[in-house]
Amino acid sequence: MNQLIEKYIKKDSLPYIFCAGCGNGIILNAAIHAIDELGIKEDTACVSGIGCSSWIPPYLNMDVMHTIHGRAIAFAEGLKLSRPEKNIIVFTGDGDCLAIGGNHLLHAANRNINITVILVNNFIYGMTGGQKSPTTPAGSRTKTSPFGALDEPLDGCGIAMSAGATYCSRWTVSHPNQLKKAIKEGILHNGFSFIEVLSQCPVQAGKSVFQERDPWNMMEAIKNNTILCKSWTPERPEGKIPIGNFKADSERQEYTDKIKNLKEQLRGMQKVTV
Amino acid sequence: MRMMKISIDKAYCKGCEICIKACPKSVFAMSEERQSFGSLIPYPAKPEKCVGCKLCEMLCPDGCINIE
Repeated sequence: MNQLIEKYIKKDSLPYIFCAGCGNGIILNAAIHAIDELGIKEDTACVSGIGCSSWIPPYLNMDVMHTIHGRAIAFAEGLKLSRPEKNIIVFTGDGDCLAIGGNHLLHAANRNINITVILVNNFIYGMTGGQKSPTTPAGSRTKTSPFGALDEPLDGCGIAMSAGATYCSRWTVSHPNQLKKAIKEGILHNGFSFIEVLSQCPVQAGKSVFQERDPWNMMEAIKNNTILCKSWTPERPEGKIPIGNFKADSERQEYTDKIKNLKEQLRGMQKVTV
Repeated sequence: MRMMKISIDKAYCKGCEICIKACPKSVFAMSEERQSFGSLIPYPAKPEKCVGCKLCEMLCPDGCINIE
């Protein structure tokens, strides 16, 4: 076992529940490296919803919360408001964050509350057996779209940024060091941070989206389908998915600061009795 | 250059072969040995070629590889 990862993992619950070659473990490694470099193990709490990606935080030997489907961001907002000194990291999947939890993402981004959301995008509903998710590429033959998916895939970064997220980046699991740096910047950023990670699912997405069962070949396919962009573009250059650090804006006021100011304002007011 | 000490935890490796293909110096190779779940596991075939970039540590989904 890796010595650094061993310090942050509950060893009695190993091995991980993930399939062989799943990208979730790589994202867990990157998050552990980011938390270790910042030295914030005691001041961090991780929240997750339901799905394959939401099994990432339960292995961490720190404060974690495994909550109901789609509501991970809602629970994280409540946790942040009651414990403003904690750094909150939310691990969520494409079905959890963009399908059932889509409205929570919009409102959390609009409030600009200081949480870090890591969206693990594996292009399919992996845990339930390979149904079409909001990010499945058009034309993929899945269990629920046997003649090819008709919908165009949703763009998580675009949605979060248009709703008002102030830090946004997208990487793939083939860029572990850049991902680690993005998670570090997201934790340090005072505001809503949204990091999308394109990940591989060798079992379900391998069967229906990529027609490729080897984890490394899937990682290469995802990497070759992306293009590094210095700034955000809504269209897809050369038909590829843009990756990179898109936005880091520290001017907008943060939500827990607003609540703190409001509390101080109200403290000076006199109680009105009728 | 000093020789890196490479260890793979046989209890948790699932044999996904990411480390074999990700290593820029092709240090790892698949062994004939099976772990308790029945999958083949890799072993460091050319440990003298390792430059210590630690890419395999970052890319191992099960956190089994330790390099020092």
